[in-house]
Amino acid sequence: MLKDQDRIFTNIYGHHDPFLEGAKSRGDWDGTKKLLANGREWVVETVKASGLRGRGGAGFSTGLKWSFMPKESDGRPHYLVVNADEGEPGTCKDREILRHDPHKLIEGCLIASFAIGANAAYIYVRGEFYRETEALQRAIDEAYEAGLIGNNACGSGWDFECYVHRGMGAYICGEETALIESLEGKKGQPRLKPPFPANAGLYGCPSTVNNVESIAVAPTILRRGADWFAGMGRPNNTGTKLFNISGHVEQPCTVEEEMSIPLKELIEKHAGGVIGGWDNLLAIIPGGASVPCLPKGICDSVLMDFDSLREQQSGLGTAAIMVMDKSTDIVAAIARLSAFYKHESCGQCTPCREGTGWMSRMMARMVEGNASVDEIDLLDQVTRQVEGHTICALGDAAAWPVQGLIRHFRPELEARIEQAKKNAAA
Amino acid sequence: MSTQVGNFEQPAEFAFTSEVMKMAKAHIAKYPKGRQASAVMPLLDLAQRQHEGWLPRAAMDYVADLLDMPRMIAYEVATFYTMYNLAPIGKHHVQVCTNLPCWLRGSDKIVDAAKRNLGIEMGGSTDDGMFTLSEMECLGACVNAPMMQINDDYFEDLDETSTESILTELKHGQQPKTGSQIARKTCEPIGGLTSLKSNAGKN
Repeated sequence: MLKDQDRIFTNIYGHHDPFLEGAKSRGDWDGTKKLLANGREWVVETVKASGLRGRGGAGFSTGLKWSFMPKESDGRPHYLVVNADEGEPGTCKDREILRHDPHKLIEGCLIASFAIGANAAYIYVRGEFYRETEALQRAIDEAYEAGLIGNNACGSGWDFECYVHRGMGAYICGEETALIESLEGKKGQPRLKPPFPANAGLYGCPSTVNNVESIAVAPTILRRGADWFAGMGRPNNTGTKLFNISGHVEQPCTVEEEMSIPLKELIEKHAGGVIGGWDNLLAIIPGGASVPCLPKGICDSVLMDFDSLREQQSGLGTAAIMVMDKSTDIVAAIARLSAFYKHESCGQCTPCREGTGWMSRMMARMVEGNASVDEIDLLDQVTRQVEGHTICALGDAAAWPVQGLIRHFRPELEARIEQAKKNAAA
Repeated sequence: MSTQVGNFEQPAEFAFTSEVMKMAKAHIAKYPKGRQASAVMPLLDLAQRQHEGWLPRAAMDYVADLLDMPRMIAYEVATFYTMYNLAPIGKHHVQVCTNLPCWLRGSDKIVDAAKRNLGIEMGGSTDDGMFTLSEMECLGACVNAPMMQINDDYFEDLDETSTESILTELKHGQQPKTGSQIARKTCEPIGGLTSLKSNAGKN
């Protein structure tokens, strides 16, 4: 088990003062000026060497992303945009950073902005997180007052402004280009890529969009060294990670653990185990609603990291673990997610706008068994027509849970159809 | 989507109070010169808060004009984001999450308790205009499921009893306790800490 000394988010439960004094006692803002004095290149290289992969779902190397930003400005300003539009079902980790450890995020914003040549950062927080936004704003105000951000931030010579922008209820704005559109004052509909944000992002200027957790761990990585972070987890899956464990466990919780911890160990150590014991487990969605579910047989041995979950045709996503015991109607569970994606499709791309409706309606029939067995293949085919055929990944995210259901629980779907037929004949 | 949802009267005019205007200006100042359209979302939110929780067409026009942007774009924004209420709404907007993590922990019962206590269906409002009940997508408090949001506050780790008592307190003009409704601090494991049992010091 990860030692407390190696945990980054030491106030994740809010047992201590989240604000400046408490944050400083936990090591935040310690020698920030010295870190920046090592130069932009050093910051990027250290984060690259740590192996940190983006914590928002896609898992792209954070250091590498920073290195894509132009080294010299062509006259356009650079921007850091922090994605705090946390809305992936199952996911509630950034919320705890915003309200309990906001200074880690703000210090991270300064460091990341410095690394990408930006003098301003916008933190886009989902609108429902009103109290969390209040806590974050209070922390930002304190940081300004203490000279930690603003002109000559921390005495580093770097000018840095940090702003909060509230969303107003749109899951799609968690997609980076939709978030940028929203920040510009428009509907949150994703943009085609290329151009990538590093070339033309916010206001057409070079921008980097990072998840809250990715940014908030950066200061600790710089202070303790790339080797420390890279020494945890497995190669290509390094560091610590915030996990959310929800659903049918005895003690749902959020916890920071070492990457690559076995899923079973994680649930038993921190969440009190599956309700009714491990053998009562039916399936787990290991990385937020968008990733395919895994049946118990795979959960027995799978590791919670990018590569291990990918090998099992699922994904780490946001590391939000939804546990379903044997009392769960798995078809209804996935149908609920299909309804969610139908609701959240922005309507821009036809395969997603129409496909999410198709999938949701077919899933609703599958719950009742009101279908023919051939239609299971038809449903699978519909998911393939959506997947990979849209501007952003929402189409993929809508397709994968259904694919996972068909892959692992096809007999359940078939049995339900048979039962419905029998009931109708009786 | 139309900016008019349902049959009710729209006010002919809208303007920020001087106090709200101050807040609006602070939002506008966050964005670079010439990019004031970025402030449309916070300003529409301010307008909604000033106007009893819902956004009339006149307020959309007012905000668009204030930001020197096409009114059509303001309508697009107001109709795209679900937190803008385009019709009159109860003083307490009770929003129950029914997405997967909450559903697994019994959100159906929370929905039933809320309906029973308020005597209305999903999407409905009480006759006295005090409550509106809505079904929500994931609100991002999944380890504290089931949960609901009422206006700006989260109420977590609910059961039928706590749901009803929260609503009853609101009916009586009291402020119910926000956050977790059981013996638990925020997102820690329900049965007690499994990590960070002592202050970890400077990490």
